[in-house]
Amino acid sequence: MVLGVGAAAWPFIYVTLTRLLRVLREVEEVGPLLASKLLALGLLVFLGILLLSNLIAALSSFFLSKDLPWIRAAPVDWLSVYLSRLTETLVSSSWMVLLMLVPMLAAYATVYRGGWEFVALSVAAVVPFLVIPAAVGSAITLLLVRLFPARRSRDILGIIAVAAVGLVVLLLRVLRPERLVNPESYRNLVDFMAALRGPSSPWLPSQWGADVLAGFLQGGLDPFLLILLWTTAAGTVTVGAVLHHTLYASCFTKAQEGNENRIRRHAGWVWLERAVSRISLQRQQLVLKDVRIFFRDTTQWSQLIILGVLVVVYVYNMRVLPLASGEMITRYLITLVVFLNLALSGFVLAAIAARFVFPALSLEGQTLWLLRSAPLDAGTLIGAKYWVGAVPLTALAILLTGVTNHLLGVPAALAILSLVSTVALSLAFTAQALAWGVYYPEFESENAAQIPTSIGGLLFMLGAVINLGIVLAVQVFILRGFLASGLPGREPRDPWLWEVGLALAATLLCCTAAAVFPYRAAVRRLEELEA
Amino acid sequence: MIVLENLTKRYGAFTAVSGLDLEIGESQIFGLLGPNGAGKTTTLRMIAGILRPDAGRVIVAGHDNVLDPMEARRSLGFVPDRPFVYDKLTGAELLRFSAGLFGLRGPAVENRIDELLELWDLVPWKDQLVESYSHGMRQKLIISSALIHRPRVLVVDEPMVGLDPRSAWLLKDVLRTFADGGGTVLVSTHTLELAESLCDRLAVIDRGKVVASGSIDDLRRAARSEAAGLEEIFLKITRGATDSTIARVVGQ
Repeated sequence: MVLGVGAAAWPFIYVTLTRLLRVLREVEEVGPLLASKLLALGLLVFLGILLLSNLIAALSSFFLSKDLPWIRAAPVDWLSVYLSRLTETLVSSSWMVLLMLVPMLAAYATVYRGGWEFVALSVAAVVPFLVIPAAVGSAITLLLVRLFPARRSRDILGIIAVAAVGLVVLLLRVLRPERLVNPESYRNLVDFMAALRGPSSPWLPSQWGADVLAGFLQGGLDPFLLILLWTTAAGTVTVGAVLHHTLYASCFTKAQEGNENRIRRHAGWVWLERAVSRISLQRQQLVLKDVRIFFRDTTQWSQLIILGVLVVVYVYNMRVLPLASGEMITRYLITLVVFLNLALSGFVLAAIAARFVFPALSLEGQTLWLLRSAPLDAGTLIGAKYWVGAVPLTALAILLTGVTNHLLGVPAALAILSLVSTVALSLAFTAQALAWGVYYPEFESENAAQIPTSIGGLLFMLGAVINLGIVLAVQVFILRGFLASGLPGREPRDPWLWEVGLALAATLLCCTAAAVFPYRAAVRRLEELEA
Repeated sequence: MIVLENLTKRYGAFTAVSGLDLEIGESQIFGLLGPNGAGKTTTLRMIAGILRPDAGRVIVAGHDNVLDPMEARRSLGFVPDRPFVYDKLTGAELLRFSAGLFGLRGPAVENRIDELLELWDLVPWKDQLVESYSHGMRQKLIISSALIHRPRVLVVDEPMVGLDPRSAWLLKDVLRTFADGGGTVLVSTHTLELAESLCDRLAVIDRGKVVASGSIDDLRRAARSEAAGLEEIFLKITRGATDSTIARVVGQ
């Protein structure tokens, strides 16, 4: 999945940035300035992400990793421990940024004809750029653990990191960077870049890196900045090593201490208990247990922040489409956007099901003995897991499709078709995600976010996309007469009622089959599963 | 209350349990002994309904646990060898959850939770997340969870791991009282002192088969060591490493 997303993101970043840089290159005087500002902005965002992800990764590699007791007991000198753990922290938190940097720098190299010298210079600038936040992040983590227990520090950092990433995504989207490729908005562009002048700082490694790379491409390499990057990297690693030598032993001991986690009942739980009081006692207990665990695990619920941001960005994208302004409006385009909206929101729902529903059984992991030794049949367990996943997913489906259809001003018949389709798809995706999760459980995994990247997760996504494709194909086939009526030279018309009804029936039939069979398969498989 | 007939479990080509026959009656504490990998845990997990036998059958309190699994499980409390539970639930929530799985709720359950937590000195931890419990505290919580629905049969895998001496003594008392009240206890353990002092009958299993069973006196006769302690009997029956092998492996 990660490779798939990466493969799709690389050409997208490269093509978009190349196009943008070519436009900027043609603008005399301001163009090169804007190109280097853009690079500085990109590196500044990456620096922030790197710092936050290094803070969290350092907690795992320095304090929470399961092999640490053995390493602490082994005759390994402190410097080797520091350097090996720092490298582990750096690699685990920087690989994604590195993957994003490659197409970005390749676009600069292509447009400004950087050649192999630019590749070598990029490596020389990027290495210390990655080392600095790793060393600083590890040192801050060390100091944080001195103040708080390690698991509490991870919770705090997790929320901060996810919220910060969400904010960056939101900020970048609301700034509407697509205006940059529109030559008519140069005036806005200048305003936009001027607004960005604020965060740039001569004291940050991102600025040094951007100045080194942009300077080389524009014929003015400053070797002092490269030396500054390397000496700062060496300096931060040295300071980090000294801190590690002085504080690590006492901090590691402190990290082993449990923190007090007293739970008090509050209104939310009372409401939830009332809400599920009508279902059977076993289902009730399973649902309450899953919801409690989800909201008490910051690594789980904090990802809802990102989800919320993505939904806002998605809805915002629909709102700023030129269709709504009436400038380029055609019936045909609106109809196409309805189907595009269904495809995109379907894909988003499948991805969310992969992240939150697919790991449902795997997360029972080593506690499955408790369920298997109780008088609990597989159907009840699957039923509880299904509704815990299906209710929020369906609510999200209604929100996504309902709001976007309203913003697009979609005719009522098409809006109903679209709404029912996403609800039916979300119910089918939940069953499929659950089934693939039961067939390919990852009981040993400690990280819920990694579980969907398994083979079962990939198979689920594949199946869900095929399900979505079939629904879209069937709807387009049934409504082909109406769709063709919007083409130039034809008499435009509304969809006939029988067309919408037939498309609705076909969608429901398809999604019911795609929900019932996987659901039954999940129950059968769970009955046979040994844990 | 527990009957095992020709119980067999295979993992691929490896046979973990091979044609095991046992019958354990009411008011009895039965000990299952054996070297590592002998098939003790697999046997217990089949009795608890977590693993399905490849052949043979398990009867718990008169119910076949394949043909009538719900009733068999309703009669049984299981304590696994490793105390894995939901870290993000509190002790009280876990016990409430466990009771709910057995169809129990209301004030009776709340009283039962309080008395079980009080028994194990866990009251101050009642509303703390399990993630902050020590290994021994988790073990006590799981034993409480196995007892919450007042089962007739208790299956316990390595009960003493992580328990302090006072809790270990208390557990012995709990198991004895449970059996004296008409219950059946099947306990698997490596702690021979516990087996000797607690169990009414014992079985030694090796490579998935019962190699000796009965009272301590029966085992002595089987090992042809009339005056021996359980440790010596166990080593004779299971053919432990010889002194010369030990000297060769760990000698300086």
